[in-house]
Amino acid sequence: MTSLPYYVLRSVIRMVLAFLLSLAFTFVYGYIAAHNRVAEMVLIPLLDILQSVPVLGFLSVSVASLVSLFPGSILGYEIASILAIFTSQAWNMTFAFYQSLTSIPRDLREAASMLRLSKWQTFKYLELPYSIISLVWNGMMSFGGGWFFLAASETITVLGRDVQLPGIGSYMATAIRASSTSGLLAALVSMVAVIVVIDQIVWRPLVVWSRKFKVEMTASDEEPTSWVMELLKKSLLLSFLEDAFGPIGRFMAGYAERLRRGRRSGGRALRLISRVALICMDILIVGLLVRGAFWFVRGIWLLWSVLDIGDVLKVFYLGGLTLVRVMAAVFLGMLWTIPAGVKIGTTPRLRRFLQPVVQVLASFPANMFFPFVTVLYIRYHISMEIGSIPLMMLGTQWYLLFNVIGGAMSIPNDLNEASVVYGLRGIQRWTKFILPAIFPSVVTGGITAAGGAWNASIVAEVTSWGSTTLTATGLGSLISQATNSGDWAMIVLSISAMAAIVVGVNRLFWRRLYARAEEMRAM
Amino acid sequence: MSVSLIELHKITKRFERPPLAPIEVLSDISLTVRSEEILAILGPSGSGKSTLLRIMAGLITPSSGEVLSAGRRLDGINNGVAMVFQTFAIFPWLTVLENVELGLINSSLTAEERRKRALEMIDMIGLDGFEGAYPKELSGGMRQRVGFARALAVHPEILLMDEPFSGLDVLTAENLRRDLLDLWREKRIPTKAIVVVTHNIEEAVYLSDRIVILQRNPGRVVADITNHAAGLDKRDPRFVSMVDSVYGVLTTREAKAESVASARRYVPMAPVGAMTGLVELLRDLGSRADLPNVAHELLLEYDDLLPLVEAAEILGFARVGRGDVELTRVGEEFADANVLERKEIFKRQALSNVPQFQAIIKVLKSKRDRRMPKEFFVELMEQHVSPAEAEHRVDTLIDWGRYAEILYYDEDSGLIYLEDSEDRK
Repeated sequence: MTSLPYYVLRSVIRMVLAFLLSLAFTFVYGYIAAHNRVAEMVLIPLLDILQSVPVLGFLSVSVASLVSLFPGSILGYEIASILAIFTSQAWNMTFAFYQSLTSIPRDLREAASMLRLSKWQTFKYLELPYSIISLVWNGMMSFGGGWFFLAASETITVLGRDVQLPGIGSYMATAIRASSTSGLLAALVSMVAVIVVIDQIVWRPLVVWSRKFKVEMTASDEEPTSWVMELLKKSLLLSFLEDAFGPIGRFMAGYAERLRRGRRSGGRALRLISRVALICMDILIVGLLVRGAFWFVRGIWLLWSVLDIGDVLKVFYLGGLTLVRVMAAVFLGMLWTIPAGVKIGTTPRLRRFLQPVVQVLASFPANMFFPFVTVLYIRYHISMEIGSIPLMMLGTQWYLLFNVIGGAMSIPNDLNEASVVYGLRGIQRWTKFILPAIFPSVVTGGITAAGGAWNASIVAEVTSWGSTTLTATGLGSLISQATNSGDWAMIVLSISAMAAIVVGVNRLFWRRLYARAEEMRAM
Repeated sequence: MSVSLIELHKITKRFERPPLAPIEVLSDISLTVRSEEILAILGPSGSGKSTLLRIMAGLITPSSGEVLSAGRRLDGINNGVAMVFQTFAIFPWLTVLENVELGLINSSLTAEERRKRALEMIDMIGLDGFEGAYPKELSGGMRQRVGFARALAVHPEILLMDEPFSGLDVLTAENLRRDLLDLWREKRIPTKAIVVVTHNIEEAVYLSDRIVILQRNPGRVVADITNHAAGLDKRDPRFVSMVDSVYGVLTTREAKAESVASARRYVPMAPVGAMTGLVELLRDLGSRADLPNVAHELLLEYDDLLPLVEAAEILGFARVGRGDVELTRVGEEFADANVLERKEIFKRQALSNVPQFQAIIKVLKSKRDRRMPKEFFVELMEQHVSPAEAEHRVDTLIDWGRYAEILYYDEDSGLIYLEDSEDRK
């Protein structure tokens, strides 16, 4: 147990590296997608597909290829773990950034043009500040979601080999294997501590600071607060940092200025170069597309030679089973989160106290709870076929609760008073007033929760405590078994099938529901 | 001696929207901005006046025609100009000083010179003491002052303003207009010409030396008037008569009707309730009134008032000429009738005077279930006008049709149907 702090540190480092990587990816990918028409047509649909591929599916693929890159070293696994966290964060952050960039009001863009700001200046003074709020919020949510994949990726069984990376997730896994309750508890406590500390010293201050970048010019009544931010404002640290780095910054700015002026004389040449560069990029993108299509066809061909139609049917049958579980998890989650969320959202006192708690719970990697539940299942002989549903719920219901609270908070007070004046009570109050009012938020929460449940199915359909392993029949357990045994054809087939089902259900069900909700919201 | 600063030659702007025919926003516009003048571009919404301003700025390139700036063909952003926006377009995360300095960031000035220039502007525009404030701490008028300071700080040859006062309340707008006119007349700003886009007639008359009037669908110049009433008191007879004659131009036949064909299709955006209010007011005023007076009575700007007048005219309730509006006999009858009689009169007039109703009824009757998606009619209209305009027109027709009980519309299903549909519950 003395090594636990070190393990926690390793985990945090992994998280930070993955987050920085996601941030870098977000800036590059989002910026290009928002500024280049051709790229946009490819990058955005691609992002949509990437978002639907189960993260833990990525993990098995990336581990196998990375391990062969660094034979005999643990480095491949380290990178694979970071990549797994990265894939859980990057898409959503990139989407948010891209959406911010494309929703900048036309007047502000035109003002930047009229002030003749260069591309870099436009990014610095307009695009980055405009997207800060969205970046901070999505970054915070993505970072919180990343713990789940950190815990899952620190102990990987690939191609029949068990690998443990030093970290809080693997510490936990070891405790499970040894059926050590005290080890488990220690891991849980330190996990909560890390989440709370990072929230307090990183995210809270960032959220408070980002308020400065609000575009709406009215002040709202409920301002977020952060004691760290207050402390920073008062402390000498900031002014010290400014004294230390100010001159360096000014020197760099001056240097950039000189560079820019030097270039200005060659404006025409520069424009030509940038035009050529843009064309080259277009060619590159088309080239990548062609290459991608080539690999795709080849992959299908390879799969076809190994698998038969029976395998495909089986995969989709299992996918159907998991789909039922996912939907059940979302529905059961709604059953308690809607009343609870409405209560919390409409009671300010309760909200102030509970919202941070919910936030920590949402960040907490649910897979760390799995062993406790597994113990219960083993003791009371509960079948995993049904038992995996609560496991999925453990991680995803918080998204529902979050959104319902948000929805309930934004119910206009006038409507609330009107419903009281006209004597809406009991069932009627819910069906005529509250449910329609929070419907859009419930749908948003449902989409996120379903996505999370699909991801979770890979670990929620197979759990173990000590030497006992419980398995449910489903696509999730199929993926983890295929990964364990290194059955490549099956890995590719099952992951593609899951992505296809997720995309299909999103298009046919969630998107339509969402469009309907949007329509209702419009007055 | 005035010289031409910007010349527009036969400018046309079309927005492509495949597979439909492109929409023409501006048609064959020739216009010169001369030094020593404030030019007002006046027009209703949809007349492309903001697009025209952006073409002068180099933000938008015309589909055909030529833009000359200081005698040279314009390519990219016009270098001698600065712009003030309706929404202010100041950066919320920068202080007043930083916002004003931002325009100078790429000038040849040193950092100290930039700061000095920015402070001078802030001083001149009356923002003293607010240098360190963020825009959200300022009132609307003060925010627009930041917009002005930022634009003027670069010492532009030409200042372009896109409805700069329409986001402000009446008093603030008046105050800011006067300050701007003072700066200009006292030559405290090195700007050689100002172009202001507006839909407010009094604003155009108060500020400008010349008023160019645009009409819509497509936007084109219908009048170019020299104005000698700038800066005068609103009650001054010369000011009043200028406002009157601008109204006169706006209500003449040639200014209103785009072409015979499109005039027949035209449906002004006038809700029944507002149009009824206008007819009642006219009745109270003795069935005949001066349009500026009516605008004043109803606290409406002319581009909100004109659609109501046009609707009353189309329905045969009123006649318009030379800036006056007069109720017809039917109009008087309508004004004096009770609620149910009004519906009857409205229905009669709408069926005989609005050809679209006949067309819609014909389509609905040809269907067995006597219903048709609203989208169908919107798409029909889109052949001739922009999607937004088409949507507005169909919405107006639905509003009129519902009032007159000619047709019905169900929002949930998006279906328009005839009253006598059997299976309507």
